[in-house]
Amino acid sequence: MMPDLGKYSDTVLAAYGASIILLALLVGMTLWRGRRVRREMDALEQRMRRDG
Amino acid sequence: MSIWEYANPRKFLRTSERVMPALWVSSALLMAVGLVWGFFFTPDDFRQGSTVKIIFLHVPAALMAINAWFMMLVASLIWVIRRHHVSALAARAAAPVGIVMTLIALATGAIWGQPMWGTWWAWDPRLTSFLVLFLFYLGYIALWEAIDDPDTAADLTAILCLVGTVFAVLSRYAVNFWNQGLHQGASLSLDKKENVADAFSNPLYICMIGFGLFFIAMVFYRTGTEIRARRIKALLARERQGESA
Amino acid sequence: MVVPFSVGPESDLLARISPGVLWLGALLSCLLSLDRLLALDWEDGSLDLLATAPLPLEAVVSIKALAHWITTGLPLVLAAPLLGVLLNLPPEGYIWVVISLLLGTPALSVIGTFGAALTVGLKRGGLLLSLLVMPLYVPTLIFGAEAARRGALGMGVETPLLMLAGISAAVIALMPFASAAVLRINLR
Repeated sequence: MMPDLGKYSDTVLAAYGASIILLALLVGMTLWRGRRVRREMDALEQRMRRDG
Repeated sequence: MSIWEYANPRKFLRTSERVMPALWVSSALLMAVGLVWGFFFTPDDFRQGSTVKIIFLHVPAALMAINAWFMMLVASLIWVIRRHHVSALAARAAAPVGIVMTLIALATGAIWGQPMWGTWWAWDPRLTSFLVLFLFYLGYIALWEAIDDPDTAADLTAILCLVGTVFAVLSRYAVNFWNQGLHQGASLSLDKKENVADAFSNPLYICMIGFGLFFIAMVFYRTGTEIRARRIKALLARERQGESA
Repeated sequence: MVVPFSVGPESDLLARISPGVLWLGALLSCLLSLDRLLALDWEDGSLDLLATAPLPLEAVVSIKALAHWITTGLPLVLAAPLLGVLLNLPPEGYIWVVISLLLGTPALSVIGTFGAALTVGLKRGGLLLSLLVMPLYVPTLIFGAEAARRGALGMGVETPLLMLAGISAAVIALMPFASAAVLRINLR
């Protein structure tokens, strides 16, 4: 399953690991903020509609 | 039917919501296929050993780091000329994606350079230009965050983007000149294109397309978030006005 | 100049780095004085007056940049030979260090004015100003320091000096328009 990375296995794994962590952070923060803002807007619009 | 219809935030939100699932799925699929293919099913290079596998992250990230800035430049120009808010917000939305791509390119480059060149960091022209690009992204994002009034922020960052582009290109040439002056015919050439064999090129292309689609999906999603955040601000302002009246 | 205290007094090391150190000094002294360039006029409202004055805003920012250069760039150009003695600059380098500073420091002031105009309305703009201006200084610094370094080593200086002069000329001609545009946005 795991390919033989030879003497450079640490290097390759570190590069893939660092990139995947960075990408995951970006996606995570994007989705987190997106959800929060969407919820806030829906709540605000509902309140505005109720209040007139 | 023209592209400017999407300058209407509602229309933009509706359309982007429709195409977004397809974008997410296809970019995730292509990135997964490309990276898995690159990681598990490519041979080692006779000279660089298994470290060639880093190319599948390094090159697409570097490519998108530059393209993201280019997209911000186009969006800023559209904002300055036609005053479409969606365009300014798209530029804002793209910047953090661009800076992460720059970081990935720098990080994988450093990790790759360590065994290949014997150093984490060298003042190679390309490395230096990417560091400058990173600083430009940082300044651009910081300026957006620092200014309260959204239209002022959009105008100022757009001008910064235009001026920054000129200076980024200038730095690229300056840095090239500077380092050739230091080490005649840089021995740390990053020119990998010549020894990219067929076995590597196919997964590499897939990764490049995957990263590109990922960028587009992220920008669509983040632009939607920015549009909503702007609407919240406008609604709250209107509410305050109503109270005081 | 505290450089010898921090890197040690060996004369050949100092001779090698002195052109770069002088350029770094020029850059830092320029950077440190930038946030006061427009901030005072902004606070007491004279910037609004200047904006409505018959003089176009482009001219105002050019004069501001000139004033900044006279107070920071010019003294350094004049002091460079003296500082060169302290830093053990090779004798053939003096003229090139002075010329490169003379050509390059106006560009630093003009670019800095743009940065100051961008951040003028902000409460704590100082750090942001440095962050914005730093990458804009890269080309000027590279060509300027390279010209000074080559001059000190007795190598050909034409190319970097020409590039430096080109950057300065272009920046002085075009940057005031960007700075004035930015100021107008900030004064809205």
